[in-house]
Amino acid sequence: MTPATAAFKSSAEKALADAKLAKALAGLPGGLVAQRTAAKARVPEFEALRDAARDIRDHTLQHLDLYLEAFAAKAEAAGTRVHWAEDAAEARTIIAHLAVERGARLVAKGKSMVSEEIALNACLESLGMKVFESDLGEYLLQIRGETPSHIIAPAIHLSQDEVEADFRRVHAHLAPERGLETPELLVAEARAVLRERFLAADIGITGANFLVAETGSAVIVTNEGNGDLSAHLPRTHIVLASIDKVVPTLADLATLLRVLARSATGQDMTAYTSLLTGPKAPGDPDGPAECHIVILDNGRSEMLRSGLGEALRCIRCGACLNHCPIYNAVGGHAYGWVYAGPIGAVISPAFLGIEAARDLPSASTFCGKCEEVCPVKIPLTRLMRDWRVKSLASAAGAWERAGLGAWSFFARRPRLYHLAARLGVGATHMLARSRGAFRWLPFAAAWTRGRDFPAPQGHTFQALWSKRKRGAPPMETPR
Amino acid sequence: MQPRVGLFVTCLVDLMRPSVGFAAARLIEQADCTVVVPAGQTCCGQPAHNAGDPETARALALETMRSFDGCDFVVAPSGSCAAMLRLHYPALFKGRGDAEFKAKAFAERVHELTSFLVNVRRKTATGARFEGRVVHHDACSGLRELGIRSEPRQLLAAVDGLELVEGSETTACCGFGGLFSVKYPAISTAVADRKIADLCAPAPDLVTGGDLGCLMNLAGRLNRTERALPCRHVAEVLAGELQAPPIAWRDTASP
Repeated sequence: MTPATAAFKSSAEKALADAKLAKALAGLPGGLVAQRTAAKARVPEFEALRDAARDIRDHTLQHLDLYLEAFAAKAEAAGTRVHWAEDAAEARTIIAHLAVERGARLVAKGKSMVSEEIALNACLESLGMKVFESDLGEYLLQIRGETPSHIIAPAIHLSQDEVEADFRRVHAHLAPERGLETPELLVAEARAVLRERFLAADIGITGANFLVAETGSAVIVTNEGNGDLSAHLPRTHIVLASIDKVVPTLADLATLLRVLARSATGQDMTAYTSLLTGPKAPGDPDGPAECHIVILDNGRSEMLRSGLGEALRCIRCGACLNHCPIYNAVGGHAYGWVYAGPIGAVISPAFLGIEAARDLPSASTFCGKCEEVCPVKIPLTRLMRDWRVKSLASAAGAWERAGLGAWSFFARRPRLYHLAARLGVGATHMLARSRGAFRWLPFAAAWTRGRDFPAPQGHTFQALWSKRKRGAPPMETPR
Repeated sequence: MQPRVGLFVTCLVDLMRPSVGFAAARLIEQADCTVVVPAGQTCCGQPAHNAGDPETARALALETMRSFDGCDFVVAPSGSCAAMLRLHYPALFKGRGDAEFKAKAFAERVHELTSFLVNVRRKTATGARFEGRVVHHDACSGLRELGIRSEPRQLLAAVDGLELVEGSETTACCGFGGLFSVKYPAISTAVADRKIADLCAPAPDLVTGGDLGCLMNLAGRLNRTERALPCRHVAEVLAGELQAPPIAWRDTASP
């Protein structure tokens, strides 16, 4: 997708005016947030698990080369072909070649944010292939021509009515008078439509939640089983995964799975947890005839080098989005690219450059909720602040630098500062006359668009305090 | 001898609402301490730190630390500024030799006001009186960076006549976020609206908070709604300093 991160401000304002979106997002606190809270409460050792999960991720990232090579060796031994892709274009080329060589016409896809990152569907479609998204949420988006607005709940911004209307529009071969008024009926229809395509697909492409170095397995967790159908039914299965997905052992995987679903949906485990290890072996009842895995870097090595390594701990649970007051207000599309919310604010600038994405790390109150819920304890606010340093130093930061410079000129000179403060506060107080607040203030116009600006009490504390110290009459209560 | 407490006034209290500073000073004095207000303090540097200007933040940190030399404690009527002094100063000077040790030693003496009263001075009540239902808003920095939650509530609950009530999203942000509120005003007010709805749910007579920034945001936004709900810094209620009208209060008659 074309990045629209630079338009964050206007996209956010549009999103704020969207009543339908607000209604959809209003479900988060009682939904995913409450479910996570309840799931965490059921596991007394949850905090210890977060520490363990973080340690596993850190250890793996510190020895990433070792574990990737170990994974590749095991995967090859299990019969999987391993391909390495430096960037998005290389990954697209590898997958396109595999598909073209096999004469693929229909491609089944499991949900994969990395495939969004490399804009895979558009590439395959340009080669004349039909690609269908098999995750229900992704399918809903595909028939609308939209992109995911959440890492794990991609269609969270849609309402049931919209889905029904889309199904009636797109599934035109079905009886128009059929009932579609419940979620169950909608799911049943999607299942029936998708099942036919699964059976006809030439290639299945999925992402991976983890790659286990110990066994060479790609792990996918889903609640719909669509990932398994994408992997098992077509003749060829291609896994697309980024380098940070590797974990050393099955025991490590177990620890990460314990925090993943709980943080994401509040489930103890997802409905399906599949370890996919190589193609169908003799005696296996089903499975693909051949397996490929494309391991993608796409700037992640550079993130590791440049101090963003902690962001690569991410296991894509989406908890930071669900708990973020900004995400809750504007939704995922306002962020303008694949990854939304606090984690998007930290990693999108690495993919797109800080100039194109400077609003994302800036648009945070640093409330810290994201860090509090992150299952692998990514210091999201610190990483956003690090981006702000780069952003301020860039050409686009000139106005802000000037403003900060003027303010700090005074703040660093206490005598001058206190004098200026006294004068400024006195004048503003006079301007307010007896009103307690301003409806509009020239130097706070942005603030007063939606809020009153309180009138200052008239004197600075420093001035009043030194008066009191000099033995002035009983403490004057400022008004 | 009484401990010598340096009051870190905070720039917002200094400029906007000195009555909070006097309330804080009175509370600290009532906790058997001597209060001093170093004139060398201006701002803790957090706006620069969060805007991505660590150089300026460090310069202001050095100035601030120097001005509190000789104080046994440094107390701020703000969780946000206290967190800056306590956690971010040491981080800003990490790996910078002596300055790092100085920042760490300084940080150990820094406390947010209610936390100082309860955890250091072992106060359980302040002897104030307030008739009405009060809902307390936890500023995010104090809550999540310093772990302050029970302290203001404990002291508020001990105020004669005061009934402490709670919303359901007590740990939610008010949308202030310092410069965030100016850079992204529309998002900020949307977040504030959600917080205000939650604060209003238990039908309070007053909103208190430990940080003037949040309170200016909430009170300013409340003025644009149908609700007339006064907002005050928790220190004002705890010290019984209620002569000044509430924050951004438009009516001439103070409730």
